[in-house]
Amino acid sequence: MNSPPTPTLELRGVSKNFGSVQALQEVDLEVRDGEVMALVGDNGAGKSTLIKCVAGIYSIDGGEILFEGRQVTIHGPKDAARLGIEVVYQDLALCDNLDVVQNMYLGREEHDALFRLKESPMEQKTAETLASLAVTTISSVRQPVATLSGGQRQSVAVARAVMWNNRVVFLDEPTAALGVAQTRQVLALVKRLAEQGLAVVYVSHNLVDIFEVANRITVLRLGRNVGVFEKDKTTQQEIVQTIIAGAPAPEELEIVT
Amino acid sequence: MSSAAPAEVAAAAEDTSLAGILRSRWEALRAGDVGSLPVIFGLIAITIFFTSKVGIFFSAVNFSNLIQQMAGTTVIAIGVVFVLLIGEIDLSIGFVSGFAGVVVAELQIPGSSHDYPGLVAIFAALAVGAAIGAFQGSFIAFLGVPSFVVTLAGLLIWQGAILKALGTQGVIGIQDHQINDIANYVLTKNWGWAVAIVFTVGYAAAVFGTIFSRRRAGLPSGNIILSTARVGFYGALAFAAVAVCNHSRGVPLVGLIVLFLVVLGGYVAGRTTFGRHVYAVGGNAEAARRAGINVKLIKILVFSISGAMAAMGGIIFASRLNSVDLTAGGSTILLDAISAAVIGGVSLFGGRGRVSGALFGGLIIGMIANGIDLVGYTDAVKFITTGVILLAAVTLDTVARRRQAASGR
Repeated sequence: MNSPPTPTLELRGVSKNFGSVQALQEVDLEVRDGEVMALVGDNGAGKSTLIKCVAGIYSIDGGEILFEGRQVTIHGPKDAARLGIEVVYQDLALCDNLDVVQNMYLGREEHDALFRLKESPMEQKTAETLASLAVTTISSVRQPVATLSGGQRQSVAVARAVMWNNRVVFLDEPTAALGVAQTRQVLALVKRLAEQGLAVVYVSHNLVDIFEVANRITVLRLGRNVGVFEKDKTTQQEIVQTIIAGAPAPEELEIVT
Repeated sequence: MSSAAPAEVAAAAEDTSLAGILRSRWEALRAGDVGSLPVIFGLIAITIFFTSKVGIFFSAVNFSNLIQQMAGTTVIAIGVVFVLLIGEIDLSIGFVSGFAGVVVAELQIPGSSHDYPGLVAIFAALAVGAAIGAFQGSFIAFLGVPSFVVTLAGLLIWQGAILKALGTQGVIGIQDHQINDIANYVLTKNWGWAVAIVFTVGYAAAVFGTIFSRRRAGLPSGNIILSTARVGFYGALAFAAVAVCNHSRGVPLVGLIVLFLVVLGGYVAGRTTFGRHVYAVGGNAEAARRAGINVKLIKILVFSISGAMAAMGGIIFASRLNSVDLTAGGSTILLDAISAAVIGGVSLFGGRGRVSGALFGGLIIGMIANGIDLVGYTDAVKFITTGVILLAAVTLDTVARRRQAASGR
C-alpha cells in the first residue's frame, strides 16, 4: 500500500480519565486519506470515549492530536467540524420529522441575508451527493426520514458526513442494526468514501464486516492499544485473540496448551 | 397555506399527475396522516348543526362577530404552535395575556404620569410579553426545569401580578383610540376589497414564484393545475369573506391582524433557518444539538414568541372590552388557545404541525363558543363540548402517531 507519509489524523498517547477510572491510557491511532482504519475492541475498551474525544465532546487529559502533521486542540464539536472531522453516531442523529434534504443540511442551511432558506440549491446538492455515492434506493429527497429503511437512514447520515468536504469520517457501528442486504449497501458506501479520498475510521464489533472494508485494524483493550494490523497480514482469529486477551502470539499459545 | 410541511412536499415530489397525488394522499391517509380532513369536516358539521338550531348563526353579522370573538384566542394559539413544535408547553399564556392587557391599560391612563400614545403602550406590552417568555424560557433552557412546572409557576405569578396591579379599584378603562381600534375598527368596503386583492395576488406570487424557481433549478415542481386550483380556491375564499363582511359592517381590522400574524408565523416556521431549527429541536433535540444548532437559544426565542403572541392576544381582549378588570387572562383563555393549536393538527409530541393550524383550530373553538351563546346553552355545555373536542383531537394525534410508527413512517 502506497500511503502518503503523513497521516491525515493521528492520535499520540491520548489519555482520558473519569475520576479514578482511566478510560484511555496513551492510545495511538492514525488514519490516512483513502484508507479505512477499523477500530475494534470489546465493550469498555474505550472506542466510544475515543470517538467523543476526537469529536470534541470530551477534552483529552493527556497526549496530542495531530491533523495533517500539525498539532491541534479540539475543545468542542465546532472545532472538530472546522478541521473536517465528522462523526456518524450509532443513533445517526437524524430528525425523523424532517426530510432528507433538511437532515443533510441540518444546522448548516443555506440562506440569504434575511435568513430565508434557499431550498432549490440545497435540494440539488443533496441529490448530487446521494448520486455520487450511488445511493439510488431513496426515491425522493423530500421524503421524511421517518419513512426510510434502516439502511437508507444510515446512507443519509453517511452522505451528510461526506457533503461538507470532510477529511476524516468516524463511523460508529454503522451496520449494528441492519439486515443483510442493507449491511451490504452500507459497506459498499464505506468503500466508496475511501475511494473518494476520505480517511475513514470504522468502529465495529463485526469482524466479517471489518475484513471486508478495512485496510488496517487498530485493537483497543481496556483503554490501551494492543496492536495495529494490516488486514492482508492477519486473520480473524488473531484479531479475536487480541481483543479478548491482549497481545496475540503468547496468549494464543497459553490458550492452546 | 404558505408554510411548506415536510410531508406534503415529499408527496408532491414523486408523482405529479393528479391521479398520482390523489393516490399518495390516500396512502398517507391510510398510514395515519389525516392532514386537515378532521378540521374541514368539523367546520362543516358545526356550521350545519348551529344553523339548524338558530338561523342567525349563518349570517353576515355573525360572521363578522365571530372574527372579533376568535381573534384573541387565535393569536395566542400561534405562540402555542411554536411551543408545541419544540415539544414543550406554556401554561402561563392566559395570565401573560391578561398582564399585557394591564400594561397597555396602565400606560394610557389619561392625566397620569405615564400617559403614552396608544401605539407606544401596545409595543411596550408586546415587549413585556416577550421578556416574560424569555425569562421563563431561560429556566427551561439553561436549568432544564420542565416547562410544565416553570409556566405553571408563571400562571400563578402573573395572575398575582394582575391582582396586585389592579388593586382595589379592580378595573382600568381604556380611552385611547389606537388601542380600542385594534379589536373594534372595521375597514371601509373599498379597503376590504383591496385587502382581498392584495391577499390573492400575494398568495399567487408566492405559489407560482416557488414553482418557477424550482423549474429553473430543474427540480420537480408539483402539479401546476393543482397549484392553480389552490390559488383560485383561497383567492375566492378571500373575496367571499370580504363580501360577507361588507354585507354587514365591513372587514374587522382585527381579522387582518390575525391573518397577518398567521402568514408571518407560517413564513418564519416554514421558510427560515430559525423555523427549520424549531422543527429540528422538536423532532430530535440531541440531533439538533450535535448538528451545531443552539438548542437553548431556540427554546428561549420560542418561549419569547409565545409570550409576545400571548401579549398581543391580551391587547386584543382589552381593546375589545375597552378595559381590563380582575378577570383578565382567566376563564378558558389558556385551554382555548392550547386546544386551538392541537385541534389545528399541531402535535403535542413536538416537531409536527403548521402555524395555520392555529387559525383553523381557533375557528373551530370560536364557532362552538359563538354557536352555544347564540343557541342560549349555558357555560356548562360550552365547557363540556370544548373538552370533548380537545380530547378527540389529542386522541387523533396520538393514534395517528402510533399508526405512522406501525407503518414505518
